[in-house]
Amino acid sequence: MAIKNYILICGGTACESSRADDIYKNLIAECASQGVSDDVQIVKTGCFGFCEQGPIVKILPEDSFYVQVKPEDAKELVSEHIVKGREVTRLLYDKNKSKKHAKVEDIQFYQKQFRIVLRNCGFINPENIDEYIAREGYAALEKALFNMTPDDVIGELKTAGIRGRGGAGFPTWMKWNFTKQVENDTKYVVCNADEGDPGAYMDRSTLEGDPHSILEAMTIAGYTCGARQGYIYIRAEYPLAIKRLEIAMQQARDYGLLGEDILGSGFSFDIEIRLGAGAFVCGEETALLASIEGERGMPRPRPPFPAVKGLWGQPTVINNVETWANIPMIILKGGDWFSKIGTEDSKGTKVFALTGKIRNSGLVEVPMGTTLREIIFDIGGGIANDKEFKAVQTGGPSGGVITKADLDTPIDYGSLMGLGSMMGSGGMIVMDEDDCIVDVTKFYLGFSVDESCGKCSPCRIGGRSLYNILDKITKGEGEMEDLEQMKSIGQAMKKASLCGLGQTAPNPILSTIHYFEDEYLAHIKDKRCPAGKCKELISFNILADKCIGCTACARKCPVGAITGERRQLHRIDPELCIKCGVCLETCKFGAIYVR
Amino acid sequence: MAEIQTDCRTSTHAEPCREIDPGSVIPVVDEIITQYRSTRGALIPVLQSVQNLLGYLPKEILTHISRELSIPYSEVAGVVTFYSFFSTTPRGKHIIRVCLGTACYVRGGKEVLQALTRELKIKVGQTTDDHQFSLEIGRCFGACGLAPVVMIDEDVHQRVKPNAIGLLLAAYRDDDDQDRGGSDEKA
Repeated sequence: MAIKNYILICGGTACESSRADDIYKNLIAECASQGVSDDVQIVKTGCFGFCEQGPIVKILPEDSFYVQVKPEDAKELVSEHIVKGREVTRLLYDKNKSKKHAKVEDIQFYQKQFRIVLRNCGFINPENIDEYIAREGYAALEKALFNMTPDDVIGELKTAGIRGRGGAGFPTWMKWNFTKQVENDTKYVVCNADEGDPGAYMDRSTLEGDPHSILEAMTIAGYTCGARQGYIYIRAEYPLAIKRLEIAMQQARDYGLLGEDILGSGFSFDIEIRLGAGAFVCGEETALLASIEGERGMPRPRPPFPAVKGLWGQPTVINNVETWANIPMIILKGGDWFSKIGTEDSKGTKVFALTGKIRNSGLVEVPMGTTLREIIFDIGGGIANDKEFKAVQTGGPSGGVITKADLDTPIDYGSLMGLGSMMGSGGMIVMDEDDCIVDVTKFYLGFSVDESCGKCSPCRIGGRSLYNILDKITKGEGEMEDLEQMKSIGQAMKKASLCGLGQTAPNPILSTIHYFEDEYLAHIKDKRCPAGKCKELISFNILADKCIGCTACARKCPVGAITGERRQLHRIDPELCIKCGVCLETCKFGAIYVR
Repeated sequence: MAEIQTDCRTSTHAEPCREIDPGSVIPVVDEIITQYRSTRGALIPVLQSVQNLLGYLPKEILTHISRELSIPYSEVAGVVTFYSFFSTTPRGKHIIRVCLGTACYVRGGKEVLQALTRELKIKVGQTTDDHQFSLEIGRCFGACGLAPVVMIDEDVHQRVKPNAIGLLLAAYRDDDDQDRGGSDEKA
């Protein structure tokens, strides 16, 4: 019997943690018990990107987009939608309560997106190679192996103009070409999947949703550069991505697409997975290679660059996941096609993990040159809880903030640099009026200090000094000369650090002092935290006209700092209060305020 | 997600939690070493597998690995102390990891961490006296849309509220096996 409906369930990490797997199992069971198993194919796909609304279930051919689905909804989805052909309106994504917004193409979140990297995420079952092949998977490998010379491949990448998506934006064709040109029997291809930038998960979703695209691209690089062995270095924190990669590798070997004599071409290439062990600095390419070699993941001075002298001293092509995911499409559709997308400076698309105080958190892929305003307000739906937009942080601990004044800047590598931030790997964290810029900057510095490997002193000592000064400022002990001091330490770190971690660690400080000097001054001169975040500079108080004396806050206070009789005004003892904020969260009457 | 653990995984859920007698586990450690004998750069995968098996890396085991792989002990110790996933002391039965990625941070992850340290009376990196819980921080589990997130063993808990931490822990404390994982209830 022919399949009437396809049910696609998001199997990304976020939706899985919201029991997507139970939804999947319940749907299978319901289809069986309602006798429609033969009419329906149920597929668990990669991430749909719209994580805020997860778990997501999409039913084809109607293209109904169901959000925040619960396992117990499976019965109704099957009995109504599948059996009776009626959409379950209450589960549709439909913020205006009109039926118009039900379908994917009508959802604003997706309208401005253009998907190359995420082309298969949310469409195919990542654990089934046939579905990848059905969407032109491995066609690029076949084309490269049989119709293109290695120089043709490199020429195509050059025409495409693709630059590395890991952060620095180095032209990919040049890397490949360096390795190709070195005369050497042993060469390596490495995939950098050590995505450590806090608040960024593009690579994780790509690996979970479309693992074959990475394997295919690495094999093409092996053919082009003359390597027979590849490594994928991936964070151990990504168990689902690892599992799907392992399945994909096995399937590719079974199909003759990986291993000895690929597709009968005489070319052999295989891939091994290596797991990270919790060190952010291993995202830096030379540190990553040291880690694969079984050593402490410490960066090495460059040059020599890995393209010439990399893993075990051999020429090594190393690219990040997102870069790899672009390659098959470039080979298949041609460099010309790719180069028409994006801006003069930056070609193609970029995937961003849009998070923070945004209404629609999720993964978005947009052409280079899209403005921040479009991403945050059109795709992201604006700021959550109707708060005021304050800044967006890009580039993670290596980047900086962008304020309202620059929201209309078209995003590419150059424009973000010009604003004192950087593309980075694609984390985009939106902040609202309640976020303290100094506090967030301290968070980033704390991260860089924690993750500094300690090899070079500008990073090891400079980072710590910067953190200490910021800590002082957030405690109300800052002095005016601290600002100049931080700038000069920051400049020294930029110049003298060995690797990207230390060179970029001061960026959050330099950028926030530039754009939010007034906020630093409020902390330093007025001993005041305008956003009400820095504990030492705020106090919790009770509004006499709002407190009804319900005792809820007093019961919740972990240190017994709140006193008051039932139905009487309560009081917070500032000496005892540890400013944990539990009272603020507990009070249902808005009687607690922060000063 | 328990089925995805295989040999060389650095597990987020270590089984035994008390100290073990190193002598009794040497044969299994040797098995792991044999498995990686021909692998280049085998040290880290070996350490990952052994920690996955034992829950931590006792000193005696590290010296044994050092001898077997012919890598100086100083180098082995250097690697173990460099990577945050390796632990040389026994960890708790349940590993609590509070996400302090940026998205979780701006949505209140720090307050959740403070509530946990208060509730458990331990600092980050420590284990409770009853060996029930170890407290760690994580950097982004890729569930930013659901921030703030706390991972206990393999379960991801979303939109965690500081004042409901007690309830969350209670489900693990008695180790009753009722369904507690990955719920979207306001934990």
